[in-house]
Amino acid sequence: MRAGERAAEAGGAPAAQAGGAPGAPGGEVLVELRGLKTHFFTDEGTVRAVDGVDLEIRRGRTLCVVGESGCGKSITARSILQLVEAPGRVVDGRILLRRGGADGGPGEVVDLAGLKPGGKEIRSVRGKDIAMIFQEPMTSLSLVHTVGNQMVEAIRVHNDVGKREARERAVELLGMVNIPNPGRLVDSYPFQFSGGMRQRVMIAMALSCDPGLLIADEPTTALDVTTQAQIMELLKRLQRELGMAIMFITHDMGVVAEMADDVAIMYLGKVVEKGPVDDIFHDPKHPYTRALLESIPKIGHRRRERLRSIKGIVPDPANRPAGCVFHTRCDAFMPGRCDATVPPPVALGPDRQVRCLLYGGDGGPAPGAPDAQTAAPEPTPESSHGD
Amino acid sequence: MAKLVIRRLIYMVPTMFAISVVTFLIIQLPPGDFLSTYIAELSSRGDAVDTRLVEALRERYGLNDPIYVQYYQWISHIVLQGDFGDSFLYRRPVADLIWNRLGLTIALAVATLLVSWAIAFPIGVYSAVKQHSAGDYAFTFIGFLGLATPNFLLALIFVWISFNYFGQSVGGLFSPEFADAAWNLGKVLDLLSHVWVPVLIIGMAGTASLIRVLRANLLDELRKPYVTTARAKGLPEWRIILKYPVRMALGPFISTAGWLLPSLIGGEVLVSIVIGLDTTGPLLVEALISQDMYLAGSFILILATLTVIGTLLSDLLLAWWDPRIRYAEG
Amino acid sequence: MAVRQLPPDQPAGTAPIEAAAATDGGVAVAPQWKLVWWRFRKHRLAMVSAVFVLLFALVGVFAEFLAPTTPDSYSADHTYAPPQGLHFVDTSGGGTRFGPYVHGYTSVRDPETLARVFQEDESQRIDVGFFVRGEPYEMWGFIPSDRHFIGPTDPEQRVYFLGADRNGRDLLSRIIYGTRISLSIGLVGVALTFVFGIVLGGVSGYFGGRTDTAIQRVIEFLMSIPTIPLWLGLSAAVPRTWGPLETYFAITVILSVIGWTDLARVVRGRFLSLREEDFVLAARLDGCSRPRIILRHMLPSFSSHIIASLTLAIPYMILAETSLSFLGLGLQPPVVSWGVLLQESQNIRTIATAPWLLLPGVAVVVAVLVLNFVGDGVRDSADPYR
Repeated sequence: MRAGERAAEAGGAPAAQAGGAPGAPGGEVLVELRGLKTHFFTDEGTVRAVDGVDLEIRRGRTLCVVGESGCGKSITARSILQLVEAPGRVVDGRILLRRGGADGGPGEVVDLAGLKPGGKEIRSVRGKDIAMIFQEPMTSLSLVHTVGNQMVEAIRVHNDVGKREARERAVELLGMVNIPNPGRLVDSYPFQFSGGMRQRVMIAMALSCDPGLLIADEPTTALDVTTQAQIMELLKRLQRELGMAIMFITHDMGVVAEMADDVAIMYLGKVVEKGPVDDIFHDPKHPYTRALLESIPKIGHRRRERLRSIKGIVPDPANRPAGCVFHTRCDAFMPGRCDATVPPPVALGPDRQVRCLLYGGDGGPAPGAPDAQTAAPEPTPESSHGD
Repeated sequence: MAKLVIRRLIYMVPTMFAISVVTFLIIQLPPGDFLSTYIAELSSRGDAVDTRLVEALRERYGLNDPIYVQYYQWISHIVLQGDFGDSFLYRRPVADLIWNRLGLTIALAVATLLVSWAIAFPIGVYSAVKQHSAGDYAFTFIGFLGLATPNFLLALIFVWISFNYFGQSVGGLFSPEFADAAWNLGKVLDLLSHVWVPVLIIGMAGTASLIRVLRANLLDELRKPYVTTARAKGLPEWRIILKYPVRMALGPFISTAGWLLPSLIGGEVLVSIVIGLDTTGPLLVEALISQDMYLAGSFILILATLTVIGTLLSDLLLAWWDPRIRYAEG
Repeated sequence: MAVRQLPPDQPAGTAPIEAAAATDGGVAVAPQWKLVWWRFRKHRLAMVSAVFVLLFALVGVFAEFLAPTTPDSYSADHTYAPPQGLHFVDTSGGGTRFGPYVHGYTSVRDPETLARVFQEDESQRIDVGFFVRGEPYEMWGFIPSDRHFIGPTDPEQRVYFLGADRNGRDLLSRIIYGTRISLSIGLVGVALTFVFGIVLGGVSGYFGGRTDTAIQRVIEFLMSIPTIPLWLGLSAAVPRTWGPLETYFAITVILSVIGWTDLARVVRGRFLSLREEDFVLAARLDGCSRPRIILRHMLPSFSSHIIASLTLAIPYMILAETSLSFLGLGLQPPVVSWGVLLQESQNIRTIATAPWLLLPGVAVVVAVLVLNFVGDGVRDSADPYR
């Protein structure tokens, strides 16, 4: 019933684009990251894994965070729940969570970045307001406790219910994620399940307290393609039914196309470009985004072209390039500018933002956004993207 | 689970047979036998050696038979009649000599095992959870020291300290007035007041290695994704640690009982000699040095059997503890 | 014991490693032993311990020269003489004289116990010098010499830096000679362990199947026997009539017969996992012979693990030898090992009169400790790619 209400609410607010400029917290923004910095203090020096990330996650919508491994997307997700392990720590920024507003109450805003990891306040958020599932369904569940045991525990942390009631709810949840014969399998051990089944169990467990946001950290990466599709289908169905927001971490542009409402592209701890999914796919602005899109095969390609790969590899996060962090691999590298100035965010539309000097930001010659296409030494004309 | 128990019990049979053969070979290895040593001793003292008596003894102990017959005689008497033969040295049945001492040895080993676990568990968990803390470093250092110190040396140092600073020689498991008394409450209390010294000395190395094992396992487990999952559920940290990683790390901890028991028995042998306990140790060494084969053989056989049983118990405990083993083998 | 930091990424993240390879070209091409060495150097404790191990080794090698006297040189007048403190500045008799010296003893007989009681006599002065002439010896059994690194300048005098034993023999010299025996037992034993362990573990892991099962049963069986009674039984079987050298080798063989099981398990486990690796398959498809695959392709990839296991096995050998000899079932006098020396301190009375006889135990503890630290350091550095 609660779920139904929420679904109605989510359905009633489809105009997510009406939020105005990013940064102005609109009513439908559930979680907002402002200048988030998570650093790792190792013997070799400080690794700035997340270095000033701004994101907003809207109620009932899916935000996909994309990037190569090591770009900080996973750490960003973990920072939201203060799950970053030592020697890592959230050092700066705000993580604003809007609580309670969904049921028509006044709601309150909590800054999760200020909470102590492992403290009581953040624990009351974990699993209840924001739940999380992980990449490795094989190791993310304890293999020596039954599925039921682990689910009942998750239910009872936040709800004052008896064991029997919690168990019934666990069976119900397992049925919801299409586990066959949930009444019997609730007493099985995870090692008796396949990878896809385990990920379903993880999802069921995450849904046990009806969270407003589900963070999915590469939930399909370790699965085979068929199971991947099933899990994505399941998540989309659950989102429709329960109206929760999803933050989906992935490196797979195909998954993004399938899942996303909004997309954020990350590179070396920074969001280099973000916007609605259609805009990102049809009109990518940042050279990195373009390169990412060119590196995946497309159906309907006219010619037998070679897929392009991004030259070089991600630099050592402990040893970041000066200026724009992408300049060492960028096709549109402008000497003297890109290696000197850190590009500030440039708003290209109500929900569109890019961090690239091609679109201005350093006081130098800033061609307008449309001209940028021609200004950039772009070997492939934009028309080749056309469908 | 029942299938697992039966399978393990069947496994024990060939192991026990092999142990009995090895034991028999060990006691047969020394050149000559007890009688030749005995005769040599007699003649060196200038006593006349009655060859007929020697022959009779030879006959009686079956020393003229082929070795496999001797083995068969020996083992069948033990298995079928519980008759371990006679000790040459004491001229008494071995069974009379050993059971009391074995009882004390077993009690001491089990007490040491329990105390070691009781000490190692909280320290191991603390050291892993508070890794790199001052306490962790201190315990790690003490642990290394405990591993590096042979326990007989520890016993020697203890003896020296108590003699030098408390002016008394420690030793034994009982006060003189209880030593030969029958078992009663007073004797038990007296035993308890003495037993902690050997327990701590024997347990030192084992405790140190248990702490290391638990700490290393727990450090591995604390980084596993399922811990993060549990954190993401909103559980309190201590509950997570005790329910998940500690539970996983305890698996190897339990299986250590299997190998800890032999080393505890070994340590007990050495320590008993230093602080003069009436356990198996001194008698075993005496029997080995004087080639009292039935006595020594019985000790080795029984201690090895105990170890095999200990290993079996720890295997079963592990299967009960870890469902994966139960399902894989059950 | 030093603990590795996880790369600052999700568990599956490989970026930091790739990145390191890219930014620091040196790492990418360094041979494995160099990577191991670089990591080992970072373990401060292991490095310090390695220096100590080296010192122990030097003491063992140059025992004859370093000892103030020979281990068997006795003096009935110095039964249980206590350690003499080494002094450097002499202010007695008005003037100040520099240079190392010790005080002599005056001994009186306790009228009740009749035991000789020693006291340091401040008025006597025995000068101590370096590279002095003393008791003649043969270096390594064939270079005759009478030079000692340290000792009394007057060869007629006797000094006891660490006290004397029942026969008035110098404990320091005996500990120094014992270092050679005790350490070499560890080394020889480990060498034998190595052969048993590599061959049987390798065979077990490479061939698998029935061979593997058989060898595993043997290992399980050996591990289920309580070690000390087995050692005792086997060493009691060593004939008393055997000479020192034969006993030495017999004891070493006994120790390694039981000690190889651990190494065999390590080697087997590695072989089992390596067998499935692509590079082994590639070598096989290229038509490499079995011995070549094992020696050229598989062994090098875990040699550092073997070295770590071996380093960790040495201290256990030393402890085992000490325990056996302490019980009188290991090495026999006149061979001098730390265990043989400790045998003299078996009863309370001796410890009470001459507690310095426990000092060989200190040598045991320190040697075992530093060897453990080095072994741990090697083990932590053994897998530079992790």
